[in-house]
Amino acid sequence: MELLTNQILAGLATGAIYACMALAVVMIYQAINHLNFAQGEMAMFSTFIAWQLMQWGLGFWGAFALTLVISFIGGVALERLLFNPLTNAPVLVHVAGFIALFAILNSVAGLTWDFTIKQFPSPFGSTGFLGSQLISKHQAGIIGVAFAMLSLLYGFFRFTRIGLALRAAASQPESARLVGIDTRWMVALGWGMASAIGAIAGVLIAPVVFLEPNMMGGVLLYSFAAAVLGGLSSPFGSVLGGFIVGVFENLVSTYVPGVGTELKLPIALALIVTVLVIRPSGLLGRVVVKRV
Amino acid sequence: MSAIEETLGQTVAAVEVRKSSMPTVARLVLLLGLLVIPLGVSDFVVFQVTTVLIYAIAILALNLLTGASGQFSLGQSAFYAVGAYTAAIMMEVYGVNYALTLPAAGVICFLFGFLFGLPALRLSGVYLALATFALAVAMPQIPKLAVLEPWTGGVHGLVVNKPEAPFDLPLSQDAWLYYFTLSVAVVIYWLCANLLRSRTGRAMLAVRDNEIAASALGVDLSLYKTLAFGTSAAFTGVAGALGAIVVQFVAPDSFTFQLSIAIFVGMIVGGVGWLPGSLVGAVFIVFVPNLAEGISKGLSGAVFGVILFAVIFALPHGARQIADWIAKRLPR
Repeated sequence: MELLTNQILAGLATGAIYACMALAVVMIYQAINHLNFAQGEMAMFSTFIAWQLMQWGLGFWGAFALTLVISFIGGVALERLLFNPLTNAPVLVHVAGFIALFAILNSVAGLTWDFTIKQFPSPFGSTGFLGSQLISKHQAGIIGVAFAMLSLLYGFFRFTRIGLALRAAASQPESARLVGIDTRWMVALGWGMASAIGAIAGVLIAPVVFLEPNMMGGVLLYSFAAAVLGGLSSPFGSVLGGFIVGVFENLVSTYVPGVGTELKLPIALALIVTVLVIRPSGLLGRVVVKRV
Repeated sequence: MSAIEETLGQTVAAVEVRKSSMPTVARLVLLLGLLVIPLGVSDFVVFQVTTVLIYAIAILALNLLTGASGQFSLGQSAFYAVGAYTAAIMMEVYGVNYALTLPAAGVICFLFGFLFGLPALRLSGVYLALATFALAVAMPQIPKLAVLEPWTGGVHGLVVNKPEAPFDLPLSQDAWLYYFTLSVAVVIYWLCANLLRSRTGRAMLAVRDNEIAASALGVDLSLYKTLAFGTSAAFTGVAGALGAIVVQFVAPDSFTFQLSIAIFVGMIVGGVGWLPGSLVGAVFIVFVPNLAEGISKGLSGAVFGVILFAVIFALPHGARQIADWIAKRLPR
């Protein structure tokens, strides 16, 4: 029983990481109706920027705030410079663009900061949470931040003018333009926000997985899975999906014999595909009704 | 999701079936060019060109799936792996002649693809992408399983013997394999081009353009969608089998997700739905990474990315755009 509790708690802690990243995935999906394969590399790059700023002598929070600003501007710039000119190109070409961006960011980060593993400080400290042996302060912090970001995003999309405009621009671009929304800037804003959320996720993940150019590979896979599992149209669903994937992954590797670290990912993915076959729009996603 | 499907339908629909292949003259010139390539170059270059042809087959297969039936797959590396392992196991464990492994790989991959297509029927767009992606990620782990190790060789993989040219032909092993691959590629191209012109092909195109209209006209959606998956998997499997014979080695880590990405990029560069573009795409994915490495070793990934961006900026519809441009200016 104690083992079970331990594994579930550990799963929730890793799940929170996936949840943070999944929020960034949902954010960009809301803005461009597509998964961005370079999302993880963008987050990695932001985290390196934060690390560099700290190396130059900034305190954690100063570096963090500056990184958020840089990431936001960087995200907007990426959209304006690289993806806006491709607006009329087929969607599959955008996917090729994401792959190209992935290769560029990974390679540039590798050359600038090399591939050695770097320590990244935690803003919450690494001692036990409330004296507990099971979960560290940092892990509890990630869970807290995941929920804080979730409520902020929920409020943003639900109650602010600009959040509503963003959703409108994504789901009905033509009608949105007719009521006076500048849809092109909405897409850029979505990129900027996704990039900033990715930066938060990256900074939180780095103390756990350590900082290096390939740090996001595995995390991004799980967070895609989490976002799709929860429903790409629902920020809450993506966080829930993140926790489910985290816990499930941990339980499978503990209790199912013969499943080592190697089969963990395939089994988690198989679960997700099964869920999708039964519920094609994710656990909490809206069913999109298509007009014929 | 719906958005990706619609756009996919529109873009691909822009190409008519007639235009999805090439004029006869261009075809003959290309074939002649491919026939003389191995004369007078080193064995390594021959090997590289053979690799190009093998990738071209794999890209052609993806083109059949995405271009013709409108389904998006990131799982092609899994089918490629199944084909490669089928060939390697048949040759090394059971001592079957290499030429016989190709049809076997095709049949096995067809069944595999067809079966995988069944659950995938309910999914589309990003969800299908994720499901096929899961397949691509899971596949390299399968040969490592202890149960299968006597056949697959586990992590170490299998070494395959290189076949000699038959009938005492005065050809080096590499040149012979090149011509062998070329003939397989020509046959598969011919099959694909004819398939698209047949009743089945038209049904697939109808499914891609508008599922509801197609089913109203009596097209069995599930049958044709799974059939497209099966056929695509079969051709990818043949490419995998050829790959195993030519590279003389199969190991789980040769068939990672990167392979699927490469095949996908090749399809985009060649032009989605334009069969001859597969060859252009294959040239791109074989030579551009080398070129990028030549320009800058440390930044090879960035150079590759920049080149890929340049290509999709200049030619969002891939090599097909150049072909269309030339076709418009040729005297008729």
